[in-house]
Amino acid sequence: MSAIGPPVGALELVVTIVAAWVALGALGLVRPHSLRFVSRLIFPAGACVALLLTVIAFLSLDAPPQSLVMPLGLPDLPFHVRLDPLSAFFLLLIGAASFGVSLFSAGYFRASEGTPPGLICFQYHVFLAAMASVVVADDAYAFMVAWEAMALASYFLVTTEHRIPEIRRAGFLYLLIAHIGAIAILLCFGVLQAGGDDYTFDTMRNMTLIGAWPTAAYFLALVGFGAKAGLLPLHVWLPEAHPAAPSPVSALMSGVMLKTAIYGLLRVTFDLMHVQLWWWGVVALALGVATALFGVIYAAVQTDMKRLLAYSSVENIGIIVAGFGLTILFRAYGKNLLAAITLTAVLYHALNHAFFKTLLFLVTGSVLHATKERSLGKLGGLIHRMPWVAWLALVGTLAIAGLPPLNGFVSEWLLLQAFLFTPSLPQSFVNMLVPLAAAGVVLAVALAAYVMVKFYGVVFLGRPREAHLAYAHDAGRFERFGLVWLAAGCIALGILPVNVIQAIDPVNAMLLHSSAISAGGGNWLLLAPINADRSSYSPLIVLVVIIATVVLTMRIVHRFYHGRIRTAPPWDCGFPLQTPRMQDSAEGFGQPIRQVFEPFFRIERHLPTSFDAAPRYFVRIGDPFWSWIFLPIAHAAEFAARIVGLIQQGRISVYLTYSFFTLLALLFFVR
Amino acid sequence: MTIASFLTQLLELAIAVALAPLLVGWVNMCRAWLQNKSAPSLLLPYRTIRKLFMKDAVVAQSASPIFRTTPYIVFGAMCCAAAIVPSLATDLPFAQAADAIALVGLFALARVFIALAAMDIGTAFGALGARREMFVGFLAEPALLMVLFTASLISGSTSLPTIVDALAHRELAIYPSLAFAGVAFTMVSLAENARIPIDNPSTHLELTMIHEAMVLEYSARHLALLEWASALKLFNYSCIGLALFFPFGIAAAGDWLALIGAAPALIFKLAIGGVALAFIETLSAKLRIFRAPEFLGTAFLLAVLAMLVNLLLGG
Repeated sequence: MSAIGPPVGALELVVTIVAAWVALGALGLVRPHSLRFVSRLIFPAGACVALLLTVIAFLSLDAPPQSLVMPLGLPDLPFHVRLDPLSAFFLLLIGAASFGVSLFSAGYFRASEGTPPGLICFQYHVFLAAMASVVVADDAYAFMVAWEAMALASYFLVTTEHRIPEIRRAGFLYLLIAHIGAIAILLCFGVLQAGGDDYTFDTMRNMTLIGAWPTAAYFLALVGFGAKAGLLPLHVWLPEAHPAAPSPVSALMSGVMLKTAIYGLLRVTFDLMHVQLWWWGVVALALGVATALFGVIYAAVQTDMKRLLAYSSVENIGIIVAGFGLTILFRAYGKNLLAAITLTAVLYHALNHAFFKTLLFLVTGSVLHATKERSLGKLGGLIHRMPWVAWLALVGTLAIAGLPPLNGFVSEWLLLQAFLFTPSLPQSFVNMLVPLAAAGVVLAVALAAYVMVKFYGVVFLGRPREAHLAYAHDAGRFERFGLVWLAAGCIALGILPVNVIQAIDPVNAMLLHSSAISAGGGNWLLLAPINADRSSYSPLIVLVVIIATVVLTMRIVHRFYHGRIRTAPPWDCGFPLQTPRMQDSAEGFGQPIRQVFEPFFRIERHLPTSFDAAPRYFVRIGDPFWSWIFLPIAHAAEFAARIVGLIQQGRISVYLTYSFFTLLALLFFVR
Repeated sequence: MTIASFLTQLLELAIAVALAPLLVGWVNMCRAWLQNKSAPSLLLPYRTIRKLFMKDAVVAQSASPIFRTTPYIVFGAMCCAAAIVPSLATDLPFAQAADAIALVGLFALARVFIALAAMDIGTAFGALGARREMFVGFLAEPALLMVLFTASLISGSTSLPTIVDALAHRELAIYPSLAFAGVAFTMVSLAENARIPIDNPSTHLELTMIHEAMVLEYSARHLALLEWASALKLFNYSCIGLALFFPFGIAAAGDWLALIGAAPALIFKLAIGGVALAFIETLSAKLRIFRAPEFLGTAFLLAVLAMLVNLLLGG
């Protein structure tokens, strides 16, 4: 890669790409109601730009940092931008995932009651441009502007179907939590700036914070970026906003936007600050594991396919943050090599999640278009009607379930290796704690397999649960292109881990001054973090051996016996009267998990009695954090508003009286 | 990778594939004896597999290609697993490509595919089996991983041959952590191989079945492969247990003399293990499915405890 070298003026190109996205979006406003214009011209063009960004970001991964002062912004307060390995990695993630999503979107959007297509296109491309700007911003001002642009663009995208009240409500919740997070981030930058001359990140890098200030900055960052990422307890917007948004938007938000929060955490913790305390790591680790377990347990009992995926995103963010905590822990104890391996696992998982979660959200979009159903209990058997979508979804399902030889397994493997290295830490308390966290992560990963079997099995396998599913149609051409790109990414990231790790190693060099591969004894085929004796993994060999065994077995069986096959109605133990409704519904498949973890759920249940003329059964599962945290706050706010409301009588005479008394009081003071 | 180690690898794989049904036959035989029945032939599993291969396959109309390819994938995954587990020798070139974590991943791959295939036809029993299998797996898989982690903390490696080398050549001391891990591993193996007390391999048409419910729709060669794969799974689990807790007699790299002795040692150990399994199955009763989390949760906690004990006591 270094032989090719960085393209000249990579940063200028990135800035141009951001501008191009905004321009393309604006072009959509020219004919806002022409779906054809937007979907045949602008979305494919946006996809090409995304591909270009991917290439540039990939080439500048191991380039020296470049920075630029933009002729934009306020007088005396220009935007600073910078392209270093960390931003290049996240640009790569944004570009690669959004290429697939843009292609898919070209075939996805239809005329609807809500926002016209041209406006969607504008919001969409501004959203992309804002995410790219977030990761290249080099001062707090530019960062916050980009961050807010990202939040607002995504808010408008979430509320595309703004005529439906629930969707407006979900959008408002998202906006609210995004702003709580933004305030925390703003305060964090305030702390980091520490009375320096300006708000550039360079100034912050040169500041040395003393006393409790680094801790304050770290926790503000954890809250601020955690709100965007969906860390407990600020995850509540995810399962509301994702089902509300159109599928490509959910895909972008879940697959890409959550990663900008991870970017922010890494930037603040490892780049802008010079000290990392070990107990920060413990906090992040505990929070991450709790988030992962919570997310996956809730995912297991969902009945709406997008809500299920949203909770699964919470789980994956939990795993990433747990790895982040472990990185801090290693870094704080000066184990830079181990920190580098852990950070590699974190980045790798972020990249993987960008691919498979984006893929699966797009798949839900295709299913939604084909069937008009979002509820798992009304789907089924779609593999026969939508083979393209189903087979590509299978790749995503196996990847997210963490199965070899696909990509989800690689990052989890690396992370588990990192957990096994902890006995080398000097503090025995931490040494005891970390294996417990490892157990939690393993439990979450195993449950993720349960969740994904439920998702795939109920949607695509079995027999159709509703009659109209027989008319479901497969995805269109553009949609297929997008899905194929993302599925191919899952496979490539899965079987070529060594190349991927080599490519992202400059980030380790930049943040930790260490490398995850220098000590490794592997070659391009064999992934071996410390040395090959200690642990090694080669997905390509595993894949080849499995395929070889399968093909060989098939050939032998067919050669020595026969290939005769008959089709017949399903047997099912000879049970005569079976209907598709007797298959497990989503509730049924999740029921064992619900029963085991019953105390963790807030369950609203209606059971029919034996005297009901029209028996009805339902179970609704709510998020306990609502009643623990958010509803009390909301009630307190309402109460305060009522008190304040007492003085608002709505009659002009009363207000004039207030003015009169105010004047009197002022006269008394300034007399 | 030398020719010799490659041959060892192939030999071990061939022995695993060939002997796996024999182990099942042996366990069934012992169980019949213990229950005072006249035992079926030791070779019955081979005959069943042969019979199934010769029949015409019947596939449900609503089946997708997933249903038809799953038996091959499951069989392939189990063969891969058999190639990693050091049963005869620790000189296994393939074990470099997949370590203990990947081994658990391979088991999970097989589990997910068989559960998907069970849901594929769209019958009530299939989905029920898939749900229960995944339910058992979500606790059993972490517990197995924790057992393997305990062993890898002792040996400082996640590569199975290295673990076995380290465990086989340690000084004869009692590792309390291994004792915990052993109990946990036994419990996990029972659950994962559809044995009493979690599942009953010898019943059909019960509402309590797990594994059998998933393979109800399979017939002929597909069923034969699945049966063979589940025999291989039992063989693999037995060999993992033997390798971790009784690693004696496993040949080190390049030790040809030991390799000749390793095969009888393995068969002897497996025979004893089979008797023990038959005893456990005869002496215990099947649990209700909702007692299974308690059983597996205990296994998981024991395995975590094993890891903590290992860190506390350093062994």
